[in-house]
Amino acid sequence: MRVMLRYLVAGIILFLSGCGVQTWNDPYPADEANKNILYSAFADRPKHLDPARSYSSNEVQFTAQIYEPPLQYHYLKRPYTLIPLGATEVPRPVFLDRDGRVLSSASQEVAYSVYEIHVRPGVYYQPHPAFARDASKRFLYHDLDAKSLAGINTLADFAKTGSRELVADDYVYQIKRLAHPRLHSPILGAMSEYIVGLKSYAQRLDKAYESLVAAKGNKEAYLDLDKFDFEGVQVIDRYTYRIKVQGQYPQLLYWLAMPFFAPVPAEADRFYSQAGLVEQNITLDWYPVGTGPYMLTVNNPNRQMVLERNPNFHGERYPLEGEPADQGKGFLKDAGKPLPFVDKIVFSLEKESIPYWNKFLQGYYDASGISSDSFDQAVRVGGQGEVGLTEDMQAKGIKLNTSVETSTFYMGFNMLDPVIGGYSERARKLRQAVSIAIDHEEYISIFTNGRGIAAQGPVPPGIFGYQEGAEGINPYVYRWANGKPQRKSLDEAHRLLAEAGYPGGRDEKTGRPLLLYLDITASGPDDKALLDWYRKQLQKIDVQLIIRNTDYNRFQEKMLKGDAQLFTWGWNADYPDPENFLFLLYGPNSKVGKNGENAANYDSPEFNRLFERMKNMENSPERLAIIKEMVEIARRDAPWLWGFHPQRFTLYHGWYHNAKPNLMANNTLKYLRIDPQLREQKRAEWNHPIVWPFVVLIFLLILGTVPAIVMYVRREYSAPKPPQLNS
Amino acid sequence: MINYIIRRFFYAIPILIGVNLLTFALFFVVNTPDDMARMNLGMKRVTPEAIEKWKHERGYDKPLVFNGSAAGSEKFTDTIFYDKSVKLFVFEFGQSDSGRDITYDIKQRMWPSLVIALPILLIGLLTNITFALLVAFFRATYIDFWGVVLCVTLMSISSLFYIIGGQYLVGKLWHLVPISGYEEGFDAFKFVVLPVMVGVASGIGSGIRWYRTIFLEEMGKDYVRTARAKGLSESLVLFRHVLKNAMIPILTGVVVILPLLFMGNLVLESFFGIPGLGSYTIDAINMQDFAIVRSMVFLGSILYILGLLLTDISYTLVDPRVKLA
Repeated sequence: MRVMLRYLVAGIILFLSGCGVQTWNDPYPADEANKNILYSAFADRPKHLDPARSYSSNEVQFTAQIYEPPLQYHYLKRPYTLIPLGATEVPRPVFLDRDGRVLSSASQEVAYSVYEIHVRPGVYYQPHPAFARDASKRFLYHDLDAKSLAGINTLADFAKTGSRELVADDYVYQIKRLAHPRLHSPILGAMSEYIVGLKSYAQRLDKAYESLVAAKGNKEAYLDLDKFDFEGVQVIDRYTYRIKVQGQYPQLLYWLAMPFFAPVPAEADRFYSQAGLVEQNITLDWYPVGTGPYMLTVNNPNRQMVLERNPNFHGERYPLEGEPADQGKGFLKDAGKPLPFVDKIVFSLEKESIPYWNKFLQGYYDASGISSDSFDQAVRVGGQGEVGLTEDMQAKGIKLNTSVETSTFYMGFNMLDPVIGGYSERARKLRQAVSIAIDHEEYISIFTNGRGIAAQGPVPPGIFGYQEGAEGINPYVYRWANGKPQRKSLDEAHRLLAEAGYPGGRDEKTGRPLLLYLDITASGPDDKALLDWYRKQLQKIDVQLIIRNTDYNRFQEKMLKGDAQLFTWGWNADYPDPENFLFLLYGPNSKVGKNGENAANYDSPEFNRLFERMKNMENSPERLAIIKEMVEIARRDAPWLWGFHPQRFTLYHGWYHNAKPNLMANNTLKYLRIDPQLREQKRAEWNHPIVWPFVVLIFLLILGTVPAIVMYVRREYSAPKPPQLNS
Repeated sequence: MINYIIRRFFYAIPILIGVNLLTFALFFVVNTPDDMARMNLGMKRVTPEAIEKWKHERGYDKPLVFNGSAAGSEKFTDTIFYDKSVKLFVFEFGQSDSGRDITYDIKQRMWPSLVIALPILLIGLLTNITFALLVAFFRATYIDFWGVVLCVTLMSISSLFYIIGGQYLVGKLWHLVPISGYEEGFDAFKFVVLPVMVGVASGIGSGIRWYRTIFLEEMGKDYVRTARAKGLSESLVLFRHVLKNAMIPILTGVVVILPLLFMGNLVLESFFGIPGLGSYTIDAINMQDFAIVRSMVFLGSILYILGLLLTDISYTLVDPRVKLA
């Protein structure tokens, strides 16, 4: 009895102290402890994982690890450099004239460019049931009936898998898929302008697909693309294919580094087109099949997505060289080692930032961004604007990475608007005055916790053509003083406003106050401060700003019709070329009438002419000179208030290595290395269960019932009081 | 009773058509098919041809409710409304606008919602009724007074505060359970404890006050006075007589929501990373996925009608005087 009592007491003490027990708040299964697993999260479930469709960052974070396009970006080198991935080398174009004769160099006569791509031999696809064959070499799962589908809920339920070697035909098949009418590839429109015959090919497929659907009565019916060829892509031999584009289009190489151009085996397409699988959501859009370092083994976009090492991966090694500073920062410690380092990557659905942040601090996520709510807890900004981690973060061994994104958030002026638009000196001065008044340095400080830099033009840092220092400032809004750009004074803005015909913010002809309208899609209660801020900025120059808050659909409609006056918009680089930003101001790319991406409808003949010259040039001093000229024209005309380039802050734990920010590459998970032992040790140290407050709470609750019990006993068991008689 | 159920079944049909029509009208007032196409095709590099193709493939290029160019009954049947609504009545929800099978998604997501919602309902009910009986028992004493004050205080706090506070205390500070996440099977237990505690705590204030009012009303009735006059103890009066007679208003509130438990709780599921149905509709509204919105609203209305029917039936079980004819 005494022994039992002793054990009981020891047990209670152990329970209260939480000693010697595994962490209780670990959200992962116990058998994953000490495993080489990377933990990450996703907030919005991806809509598409088909490489012909996926475009947004939350989709590409999966597809880029699975699919291997011909090219990729070097992980460490800057400026961003293309290197081979599925191809054996970066292809060089062969230029042809109208008659198909080879030209010795790029010139005005170039009618076509042909890219011959050599596919790396000996590369195999991940194990997949689409490749599984029986003894007579027939596909096992290409004619599934209801009986064979019983018990099949995910791809993992298929008993057998197979693989086969990657061939040039798979790359060509995927380019053909871009034109498949059912897939609605977002780049079909853009690529149709360049790849020879793609547009008419898409029309042919449209008709063929319509007939097929009518005949089979099934929208998922398999359209055999091998029966349809076109001039723009051709298989030369088992490991070689060619892409033929109109004129010169050097940016094609950047597209060849995106999953849109990754190989897709026709067997997979055929396998996934079976009606029984579509009903189970087993489609190529949800279960990718690739040759990359990882394969998707769990796909539950409602809860968890898991990437695991592809056993058939062809092998790749960590880069041997990078930027000069990379050695010192430890980014070359793993040089030459085989990739990938991590065996498994678990992405959990985490819709809210607070739980994500708290789990990061507990060590259950390996890296995290910083939301506005947790910024002060994580980051300390010094008097000179230098950023560092708070002591708490440093004590946990957390590290901080910052990088200016290759994106721009701007306020556009609709150049078709009779008040703020147009190319007269008066209109220019009005836009310049507004540009000075709206203080984006203040915006960055108030609304983004200082995470961003004020833009001086359309080209962001990290892109060829961006100029730093005094040479790179926008002279219409800034002047260079004390080694940094200083926003011009409001007096200057008032002067420009008066010269524009609005002295004191009133029309000099009619005497009416100048009203400007900002169309914006800020609907949340938190946006009120932002809208008030915009109003105050223009009040500084006595101009009234009227905010027309609208939903995104109506906003799009207004932009397409050119009904907006001022608006805010953004652009994220598709590839690291200035063409990808300067085309946002190219006249023939206007939003109104042409449905392009030039939302300001800016159309300067001078700018357009220079853009046409610049867009197909290689990066060279001559190209830089043209870009400078273009940027100067745009700054003078001020079709945009240049806004800011956001800065990305990423925190990661001490056990997380090789985290060099790469804003172009998406296939970066293969380079990351973690130290699972250190992580386990830290998790145990940081997550010691504390039981006593909970016990105290229960004790207090029990204690709280005592008065009730006392009163109950008193009431139920006390002698009845004698009746009171009224006198 | 069978006749009653059959009659209610037929009553449900016009209600469901009405709900469908209303959902359809509200959705398409805010979103045009062009908007839906743009949202699905992405924000960058979307051509007008791609928008037209997307609409054509999904039948969104037809007139909304009346097709003037069609002949005969096709004026009504060759429309978006007819195409998208008729199949709902045989529970064929089809595919979402992004291509996923809706029935499959609903089947997958309803169970985690139920795993959270059912314990919250049962534990909450038990806790609320117990404490409501307690404060009713001590009516007009300082326990009743401070109990009501505490209830009003608890009611006044936003449910978000309970969630964040619960996660902070139990998950972050005391490290007793995971802050968020979910596993299937028995492993779900450690993930479910905290959301259930939070769910019960956030409903406790209003629950106790509601049941206290019901009990006090019952306690003022003649049969209670008779019971007391016969010398029954107060606890016997409460548990044997008052509780039984208060079952009708309790059932009204509880049975009607039973079928809706599958539909989940948006905020709770979002914060705790529970892959339930709670956020399914909201995500669909944000993604302008009409196929999911109409399916979920339709399912919600059916479950609500079913809940009301079950409530009526449950009356006959607890009160022999109620007859359904």
